[in-house]
Amino acid sequence: MPAQFVLSRAAFVELLAALRAQGYRLMGPTVRDGAIVYDELSGVDDLPIGWTDEQDGGTYRLTRRDDAALFGYTVGPHSWKQVFHPPAVKLWRAVRDERGLRLEAEPLPAAKTALIGARACDLHAIAIQDTTFLHGPVVDRRYEAARRDTFVVAIQCGQAARTCFCASMGTGPRASAGFDLALTEVLDERGHRFVGEAGTPAGEAVLARLPHRPAAPEDLEAAAQRHDAALAQMGRRLDAGGVRELLQENLDHPRWDEVASRCLACGNCTMVCPTCFCTATSDRGDLAGREAERWQTWDSCFTMDFSYVHGGSVRRSTKSRYRQWLTHKLSTWFDQFGRSGCVGCGRCITWCPVGIDLTEEVRAIRETPSRPGPAAEPSHGHP
Amino acid sequence: MRRRRPKLAVWKFASCDGCQLALLDCEDELLALADAIEIARFPEASRAAVKGPYDLSLVEGSITTPEEAQRIQQVRRVSRVLVTIGACATAGGIQALRNFADVKAFIALVYAQPRYIDSLARSTPIADHVRVDFELRGCPVSRHQLLEVIGAFLAGRKPQTPASSVCLECKRRGTVCVMVARGTPCLGPVTQAGCGAICPAYDRGCYGCFGPMETPNAAALGGRCAELGLSRAALVRVFRTFNAGAEAFRQESEAHERPHDQG
Ligand code: SF4
Ligand code: SF4
Repeated sequence: MPAQFVLSRAAFVELLAALRAQGYRLMGPTVRDGAIVYDELSGVDDLPIGWTDEQDGGTYRLTRRDDAALFGYTVGPHSWKQVFHPPAVKLWRAVRDERGLRLEAEPLPAAKTALIGARACDLHAIAIQDTTFLHGPVVDRRYEAARRDTFVVAIQCGQAARTCFCASMGTGPRASAGFDLALTEVLDERGHRFVGEAGTPAGEAVLARLPHRPAAPEDLEAAAQRHDAALAQMGRRLDAGGVRELLQENLDHPRWDEVASRCLACGNCTMVCPTCFCTATSDRGDLAGREAERWQTWDSCFTMDFSYVHGGSVRRSTKSRYRQWLTHKLSTWFDQFGRSGCVGCGRCITWCPVGIDLTEEVRAIRETPSRPGPAAEPSHGHP
Repeated sequence: MRRRRPKLAVWKFASCDGCQLALLDCEDELLALADAIEIARFPEASRAAVKGPYDLSLVEGSITTPEEAQRIQQVRRVSRVLVTIGACATAGGIQALRNFADVKAFIALVYAQPRYIDSLARSTPIADHVRVDFELRGCPVSRHQLLEVIGAFLAGRKPQTPASSVCLECKRRGTVCVMVARGTPCLGPVTQAGCGAICPAYDRGCYGCFGPMETPNAAALGGRCAELGLSRAALVRVFRTFNAGAEAFRQESEAHERPHDQG
């Protein structure tokens, strides 16, 4: 394990300033409209200082902490896909005039972005979207440009929500890769500080210019306690062993009808999921037929248009659409990308207006499989 | 050579004129619009009317009187393409509240001379009376979508007015869900997108102005709103506004209506 260091809170403020000075725009958590969202930060004061969140199926509440922690909460309704795979993107514009028809491509995004406070599940989700957009047969040049110059300051979770189940998915709570710096926030009698490690030469270079000291055994112990707390608080659990086969063997399970009676087909789960990547492409034209724009917008497998082919939608029932979503996420994602599409962040549970919980859906199917499913294995990393 | 501009007519039935005004509200685009289409009949803007037939008719309002029921047949006959605009024309409007009550009793109560009132027992959408080529939702319709429909008509393509939920608009604009984060009952999950998710952006629940989305599960949402504290009487009211007559909302409001249980 690389050498651990300690940054004071004041040095953390300097870290943000140093990244800004290097031309990074800082993206990170901030309080807005009753939740902690990701947005551009101008400095440490924009962070949700002293706030935390309480989450459960279909409910999220901001509450006050009794300390001034900068990162004392878990993940909110936004994910980093807002940054790298934005909800609406203009691709190009077409103009027709006396000179004929011209196509004007939209310039690719050029920003250098520093992610402040990405969590272990977030880093796995980013890696999954990298696979989707960068490592397939077609490279998404817009995503590539947005991702190219990214500096990641990860925060190791010191608490978990009732909706978290990263431990089950093997994606957390501790981040082990995908960051330049990873920090554990500690507030105790020794002070407000960050115990951390550098994950890349870029992280080491930034660290070198900040006041810091090597971590003492007490610091490491305090950080380990935070990690243990997050693991112990993990509020949900998904028995991931054999779930890929389980769902494939239960495509006609009565549970799909049951969940469809509760599901609104609103699509919120797909919008908040940090790995869902589908988009719709549409053209907008002016009345005179002189100008047109092509836009790419987030789409959802819960809409009828999504599976519309000549003659109608392929997946007409909510049952078939919920099943498509869950089986893609937990099962056919393996066929497509070689791993699960779920990182256990719990967003889809919290932000479902009716609190539909995929861990419950999997459990229900596992408990009464239509066909004998594979034996359940103890889930990865769970106490 | 300049091609003949298609003729546009705007018709009004039982309505508040708000949807027609969305057309006048297209200030920036009005010149381009007048350039692309001949506004041949639009009493809200001008008394001068060019004779039909018309290439595109925009019909606002619902059918509430025997006279209107006849007039809509004539409108259909002189219109090549007929598009209904707004909650009145597509679902019967707020005046469809009468569908749940005894109109004769109202009339007797309100008017000194009830015999002068010639009103139908129900307020019904245009599509119940004539063939409709396209329905544009909203109370009022969105200016943006109205231009899209006219633009699509001019270009001979299908208008892009997604029938999915308001939630998708909220999420795309980054609005925090008011139902999840505040416990505010919201009709967004069962309501068709199109307004741009205005109310949740101002911390209010969606009122359902654009009517039921493509696959509304109003019963599940109603159940959740009850858990959030809406009484049965309140549930009847939230599903019984501008789109009270739309099938999914009508069924859900009726499901919560019990004569001896006002919640
Ligand atoms: S499926 Fe749900 S828990 Fe899994 S990554 Fe997506 S939002 Fe998170
Ligand atoms: S599972 Fe929940 S969030 Fe997803 S479409 Fe169904 S009701 Fe909406």
